[in-house]
Amino acid sequence: MGQLLLGLINGSFYAVLSLGLAVIFGLLNIINFSHGAQYMMGAFVAWMLLNYLGIGYWPALILAPLIVGATGIALEKLALSRLYKLDHLYGLLLTFGIALIIQGLFRNYYGISGLPYQIPDLLSGGQNLGFMFLPNYRAWIVVASVIVCFGTWFMIEKTRLGAYLRAATENPALVGAFGINVPRMITLTYGFGVALAGLAGVLAAPIYAVNPNMGADLIIVVFAVVVIGGMGSIMGAIVTGYGLGLIEGLTRVFYPEGSAVVIFVIMAIVLLIKPEGLFGRTA
Amino acid sequence: MSETATQSAWAAQSDDALLAVRGLHGWYGESHVLHGVDFDVNEGEVVTLLGRNGAGKTSTLSAIMGLLGKRTGSVRFRDTEMIALQPRHIARLGIALCPEERGIFASLNVEENLMLPPQIAEGGLTVERIYQLFPNLLERRRSQGTKLSGGEQQMLAIGRILRTGAKLLLLDEPTEGLAPVIVHQIGTTIRELKKEGFTIVLVEQNLRFAASVADRHYVVEQGRVIDMIPNAEFDASIGKLHGYLGV
Repeated sequence: MGQLLLGLINGSFYAVLSLGLAVIFGLLNIINFSHGAQYMMGAFVAWMLLNYLGIGYWPALILAPLIVGATGIALEKLALSRLYKLDHLYGLLLTFGIALIIQGLFRNYYGISGLPYQIPDLLSGGQNLGFMFLPNYRAWIVVASVIVCFGTWFMIEKTRLGAYLRAATENPALVGAFGINVPRMITLTYGFGVALAGLAGVLAAPIYAVNPNMGADLIIVVFAVVVIGGMGSIMGAIVTGYGLGLIEGLTRVFYPEGSAVVIFVIMAIVLLIKPEGLFGRTA
Repeated sequence: MSETATQSAWAAQSDDALLAVRGLHGWYGESHVLHGVDFDVNEGEVVTLLGRNGAGKTSTLSAIMGLLGKRTGSVRFRDTEMIALQPRHIARLGIALCPEERGIFASLNVEENLMLPPQIAEGGLTVERIYQLFPNLLERRRSQGTKLSGGEQQMLAIGRILRTGAKLLLLDEPTEGLAPVIVHQIGTTIRELKKEGFTIVLVEQNLRFAASVADRHYVVEQGRVIDMIPNAEFDASIGKLHGYLGV
């Protein structure tokens, strides 16, 4: 049971991170390799806000994603937007390079030992559910990620702004010819996807050590989640995120040796049977 | 000699024209597709661009809308020169395009497709009026846009640009591949829109349909406008038109 909960918490991170990747891929057609580094930045910005400015967890939960999102917007404006006319591979290479630079910078200044970040007072302690002990902070992560995932899904699938996004994903030229500023929408979408990564970073800060490699370790799994769910599918990213977290947890109970590879085994099987992913649209 | 004479015949009204196209050249990548297009459209008129496949009719509409990669010459709408403007700015001046491939979005339902183009000016049709023109769309408003029949998709593609307040409509082959009863309905709609004060540039292959809705016809060949025929002279010119179009 404890392992299942752990799986659900991992799944919460997978879902929020792969959601950001899916949003970005859907509109920009760019595989954002710096997503892991941006997640790490979220955790670091929260840590810096606390240690340099005395700004606590709750404001950081809003501020850090905004700050990380703003760096994403700057990155899109200055660099990514120049690559859209080229092969998508260049976007991938650029974001990969950016990720290495960001990780290198943080490693240089903060080392790799990891910095502690306190669980906020409001969420310390836990509940005894009888069959297990549930730390409050972990319950909060699950709740927060469900809210974020549902909110993002709702915004994209049910609102007018979301309709613009979906339409621009299909035919940006025509959406532009209706008088909509598509380049600005692309910039903001990238910023939003990056902010989601930053938010996941803040959520992670109190339970994982804040260290420059935290994103690099996680992002490989998240890419597998996105591939399984279907590139660019919002619903696919969310459902597979939680689902694979749980499956990973279950594997840890029944066959602990396999828990590190189970997601990649599933990815291989899905790619063989349904190459567009479980929720992917066939073009 | 005779060519310059005919050109001035339709370029003379330029002063009060709603849309004035002069010496318009356009390129798709490296390929030069428009070679100096000249024509005028007056306010409240329906004009067609007739011509063979590949003559440059669709490219002309794309160039007016700013969608061709490279273009030179002059496209003036009211008092604004649009040759260097982005498509989104051209749209905001009050011009809307209904593309040949219709451009219905698969990830949007019918109502979302209809409501997608933002309102850019007062005076567009209300949603109720559009549903009144195209009752099928009301019935199917929750369906996925691309699940509609070809005719319904065409109505949706026309309907959604009527809401925005754009007064100049560029319609690219709205009757292509549709059943006669639907073609008839679209013809009725175009005459209705003219009555409501819309100005329409219509790319057409179907001569009979063109004659039933338009005031004037421009003939496009090899990226130029080579002739203009008022609708009153359509029947008298039918032999000449068949020659131009090779039918």
